[in-house]
Amino acid sequence: MLLRGSGTAGPWWWLMPLLVACAVRASEITFELPDNAKQCFYEEIVQGTKCTLEFQVITGGHYDVDCLLEGPDGAVLYKEMKKQYDSFTFTASRNGTYKFCFSNEFSTFTHKTVYFDFQVGEDPPLFPSENRATALTQMESACVSIHEALKSVIDYQTHFRLREAQGRSRAEDLNSRVAYWSIGEAIILLVVSIGQVFLLKSFFSDKRTTTIHVGS
Amino acid sequence: LALYFHSGEREEKCIIEDIPTDTLVIGNYKVQRWDIHKQEFLESAPGLGMFVTVTTPSAEVLLSKLYGPQGTFSFTSHLSGEHIICLQSNSTRFIAFAGSKLRIHLDIRVGEHFLDESVVQAKDKVNAVNFRLEHLIEQVHHISKEQNYEREREEKFRKTSEETNSNILWWAIVQTLILISIGIWQIKSLRDFFISKKLV
Repeated sequence: MLLRGSGTAGPWWWLMPLLVACAVRASEITFELPDNAKQCFYEEIVQGTKCTLEFQVITGGHYDVDCLLEGPDGAVLYKEMKKQYDSFTFTASRNGTYKFCFSNEFSTFTHKTVYFDFQVGEDPPLFPSENRATALTQMESACVSIHEALKSVIDYQTHFRLREAQGRSRAEDLNSRVAYWSIGEAIILLVVSIGQVFLLKSFFSDKRTTTIHVGS
Repeated sequence: LALYFHSGEREEKCIIEDIPTDTLVIGNYKVQRWDIHKQEFLESAPGLGMFVTVTTPSAEVLLSKLYGPQGTFSFTSHLSGEHIICLQSNSTRFIAFAGSKLRIHLDIRVGEHFLDESVVQAKDKVNAVNFRLEHLIEQVHHISKEQNYEREREEKFRKTSEETNSNILWWAIVQTLILISIGIWQIKSLRDFFISKKLV
């Protein structure tokens, strides 16, 4: 799981004075979802926090999964069947435990590897503005803009890694399928053609009485 | 420790982390057990522990330890690839307790080296900027490691694709040869057979 800026581990004492209790968390997990299984995750969110759920299927079958996101009172916020990749942003309308589930129940024998990234709240500002007398210095603004750029680089890198893993998984599947198919077809070819000849021979060998003598 | 999920008493839950080499991974977890009598999750369950097992891409075990109901584990990867982190409780209860489950809170951080909170408390502006710059440098190093890893993976991908390509080509040639030789063999064999049976 990648840390975004100082979001997750952040100096929590900083955020206390800020009246808006925007605890920032980003959880990124890649897990394997067996066939016919459902895996749910829960998180307690404070009202008014902006959250983003993003998921992608990396390996397995048709690379799709069902996803369901529910609010504290069971209200369905997001429900999609057989999606390969999606990103959903919402603002928590009430306090409580939000639940999101990934389901592979439609698949009989392929297990899937699913990646999801659930971000709660915005990142805290790098240089907190409560004790400031002046605006940010040039150094500080440069830091802030570099930080933002690096965050987006890391984000793109993660997406690229996932797409590459998906492509590689397909290529490996293709490779093994081609290998098995060529061996299988070679065996079938040999068996059928040799079998044909022997079968034909057997038509003419057994019943001597019905053999037609051509040219006496 | 905010995100949590449920698991059976003896069930093993695993998480995959695809990371480059020399990366530090720190995991924080907290586990609670469902109390049937109170119908809620106990705040702390004495005697409950979790086995944490970390497996490297070459299937060797990097970390295998028993921690308490709440704990922090960390490891540094020596190889790049998919490391699997598995959590399993050490509960020896029999399955007679139907409906018993565990709530596992989990937080995993990858590539975090540098967040020293005492440094942040420095009131001096220069120190604060210093701290930020060092953190940025760490981020850039992490990006660079990931890119190296990406290069390795792309090479593996390309090899697989080229192998598939040559497999298909080779197979087409072999199939043609088999077909031709089998065809010749069939005709020859049948001709000899019919000649020996005096049908031709």
